[in-house]
Amino acid sequence: MEFIDPNVVDLSRFQFALTALYHFMFVPLTLGLTFMLAAMETVYVVTGRQIYKDMAQFWGKLFGINFAIGVATGITMEFEFGTNWSMYSHFFGDMFGTPLAIEGLMAFFMESTFVGLMFFGWDRLSKQAHLAITYLVALGSNLSALWILIANAGMNMPEGAHFDPETMRMQFESFVNLVFNPDAQAKFVHTSVAGYVSAAMFVMGISAFYLLRGQHRQFAARSFRMAALFGIISTVAVITLGDVLGRLDYEKQPTKIAAIEGLWHTSKPPFEPWILAALPDDAKQENHFEVGVPLVLTPLITHTFDQPITGMHELEDAAGPRIRAGIEAVSALRRYGVTHSDADLTLFTQHEQDMGYGLLAARHAPNQDVTNIPEDQIDAVVKATQPDILPNVFVTFWSFRFMVFLSLWFFALFAISAYVSLKRRLEHNKLLLKLCMWSIPLPILATEFGWITAEAGRQPWTVFGWLPTFLSASSHGVSYMVFSLIGFVLLYSVFIAAELYLMFKFARLGPEHDSMEPHAQLHAPKPSAFDMHPTAP
Amino acid sequence: MELYAILKIVWAVMLGVLFIGLGTMVGMDMGVGTLLRFVGRNDAERRTALNIIGPHWDGNQVWFILGGGAIFAAFPTLYGTSFSVFYVVMITLLFSMILRPVAFEYRSKADSKLWRASWDWVFLVSGFVPMFIYGAAFGNILEGVGYHFGWTGQYYQDESFLSYLLNPFAVLCGFMSVSLSIYQGGAMLMLRADNPIWARARHYAIAGGIFAAILFVAGGIWMQFLPGFVMTGPVNPAMPANPLHGQSVAIVAGGWMHNFRHHPALWLLPLMGVGCMLAGSAMLAAGRTVVAWWLGLGAWAGTITTVGCAMFPFLMPSSTVPNQSLTVWNSTASEYGLGCMLAVAAIFVPIILSYTSWCYYVMRGKVHTADVVNDTHSY
Repeated sequence: MEFIDPNVVDLSRFQFALTALYHFMFVPLTLGLTFMLAAMETVYVVTGRQIYKDMAQFWGKLFGINFAIGVATGITMEFEFGTNWSMYSHFFGDMFGTPLAIEGLMAFFMESTFVGLMFFGWDRLSKQAHLAITYLVALGSNLSALWILIANAGMNMPEGAHFDPETMRMQFESFVNLVFNPDAQAKFVHTSVAGYVSAAMFVMGISAFYLLRGQHRQFAARSFRMAALFGIISTVAVITLGDVLGRLDYEKQPTKIAAIEGLWHTSKPPFEPWILAALPDDAKQENHFEVGVPLVLTPLITHTFDQPITGMHELEDAAGPRIRAGIEAVSALRRYGVTHSDADLTLFTQHEQDMGYGLLAARHAPNQDVTNIPEDQIDAVVKATQPDILPNVFVTFWSFRFMVFLSLWFFALFAISAYVSLKRRLEHNKLLLKLCMWSIPLPILATEFGWITAEAGRQPWTVFGWLPTFLSASSHGVSYMVFSLIGFVLLYSVFIAAELYLMFKFARLGPEHDSMEPHAQLHAPKPSAFDMHPTAP
Repeated sequence: MELYAILKIVWAVMLGVLFIGLGTMVGMDMGVGTLLRFVGRNDAERRTALNIIGPHWDGNQVWFILGGGAIFAAFPTLYGTSFSVFYVVMITLLFSMILRPVAFEYRSKADSKLWRASWDWVFLVSGFVPMFIYGAAFGNILEGVGYHFGWTGQYYQDESFLSYLLNPFAVLCGFMSVSLSIYQGGAMLMLRADNPIWARARHYAIAGGIFAAILFVAGGIWMQFLPGFVMTGPVNPAMPANPLHGQSVAIVAGGWMHNFRHHPALWLLPLMGVGCMLAGSAMLAAGRTVVAWWLGLGAWAGTITTVGCAMFPFLMPSSTVPNQSLTVWNSTASEYGLGCMLAVAAIFVPIILSYTSWCYYVMRGKVHTADVVNDTHSY
């Protein structure tokens, strides 16, 4: 096990988190907005009412501003696996690369090709053809998410691959298991629907802004109602699917679920409380205070009243023998690379399933070398490695809670908004409109917390149970990482400044054609899309 | 030959096809980006040039993303190693690449002169730099890269980036790639623009084709004297994909000519490349832009296949531990993975080609400055 500077690993992780979280600010909105655009345009094509075309075009413009950065930052994500995670790419690329390439072939090509026609084809295509294009863009962006999450699910629950001592990597062996990985299915729906929530809140919030100002009232009221209804359905779906994911983690990633629930000791069903708030202390391995709701935890996670949930201390204890066996596996594997003897292969195969736990011990082995630990030090190495199997509990616990609390807030807000909007009493509810407006960034924040829960909760692994994160990085020097980090921070800061400037500008400007508001057109000069007239609203 | 070996060769060919697609389609858009400030002297002209590729650049760019994705899927070890070894260059490529989508979407959405002028410079950088690096990377790889592998499969770099970044052969390859992109971008501008953009684009595109031909021939002569890599021991094309053992490789002066000496018919490829570049320039001079555009594709095909055939089976040779050089035989995905990917590609590549063509068909015809300025959906 050759040495990689731990600072480089940390900086690589930091860079990946930074770029992924940034990418994830724009993608969810894209996922949902494309479908909302398709819905608006459908109404236009079916009823022929101009206002719905105005809606599709106006929200389409905001979509475009958002989409550009989504694409740009997506390129970064694809590159980073190669530039910063070479060992991961080598170890898991056979399987991970496949869904990524299929994403390009099946989804991203379609989305990107037709998005051009969606913007430029209004006058060149029939209504129906343009509508079909809009649906293809929506389908493309959502299929894109599907394949990316299939790839991600492979990291969280590697199914459909096995480790091969000849090639020293995970060999892809089942396309069906890759695609129908239960984690992928649940996470895809959970994540894409979270994107619909973001889009619904975005449209609802900006519409609320117009209603508060008394501008574009017809346009805004329609957009608002559509978004509120879309939002309530999406929020229900997001919560339901989140529950499915929790159940899956209970089965396959017990360390993640224990950390999410701040559960240091195995639960005692059926009375175990669900911890509402606590201060988990990773160093002392305990919670400083707990406020819980009795009875809730067991049915919430296990969907039963009697199954226990394993706590972190018990998981640590159980990992001891696996680490010990893993050290044997890794040692045999290394010998096998030189000798190619059947004896070493047999020994490796015996402990193959624990190989990852052996690799995890590298950090605590003398000279970082698991394959050469003196007999009398093995116990100490195993003991030192045991706590490493746990993710950062504080981060996992709280990011999960922020996500959940926010989703409950969305549920309430969408439900009330839909009700008030259907009663047509929106404009009397200034407070509600303000809350909608100020909630625009919250679903994006919630999806970010969701990403942190899933990925921080997966630690210490890049490929769960097989490859530790600290071994996955490229063997760079710190200077390389500083160079790229500074570049990303500068570039992304410029991007976000430009994006926010344009978003605010065009949102304030409002729909350029507002067929329901002849008044506005009479008095104000019709703003061209690219000019900001000082007199424009 | 075993199925696994055949699949490896098929994917090496597919990689070549992707590189040709990338050069032609992304190169075209980047050529337009590089030329933007020169073919358009005022804002309306520049917007016209941008709107010519406006409906297509996003789709074209996927060739680039797919190129990365295909290397990841079909050559995972090559992907991790090459992107990491060329870290500084790849990150620079990335920084310049990601500016472009933003520049397209944002440039014309605000009125300020400074805003637009800044994004125009971004187009120059994000057109020139990626194409330069694309070519230079090939040049660097031909010279061999200093790296070796540890027993786990982790790579270790044996040279600093300055030694590969600034070497003359790579610079020559970089300029060649830029010249071809200017040729292709110029041809596209001529296809869909009127004067004065048409005349200016013609001027640059013709020069691009001729420069590319000169640099290609010069590079070819230079390559005769470059140390090249050859397999010395027995080779098992169906070997398990592991760069640690199974190959013996030597560095020989003129080694890259090895395949050409054994198969003289391969000389048709560089001839095709140079022929297309020169014939393309002549066609542009004669105003036959459609033919010239397709000759640009031929030029890329000739260039990429020449390099590919010279190197085969090497993908990224190691100058410090030649036996661990990454080749078509030792750095591919598993047989199962390659098979799956091939099935998926067989279904989707024809679909992609057909809707891409349809897209160009829908948007056919000249783009007029007056229309661009009045159209609120344009860039």
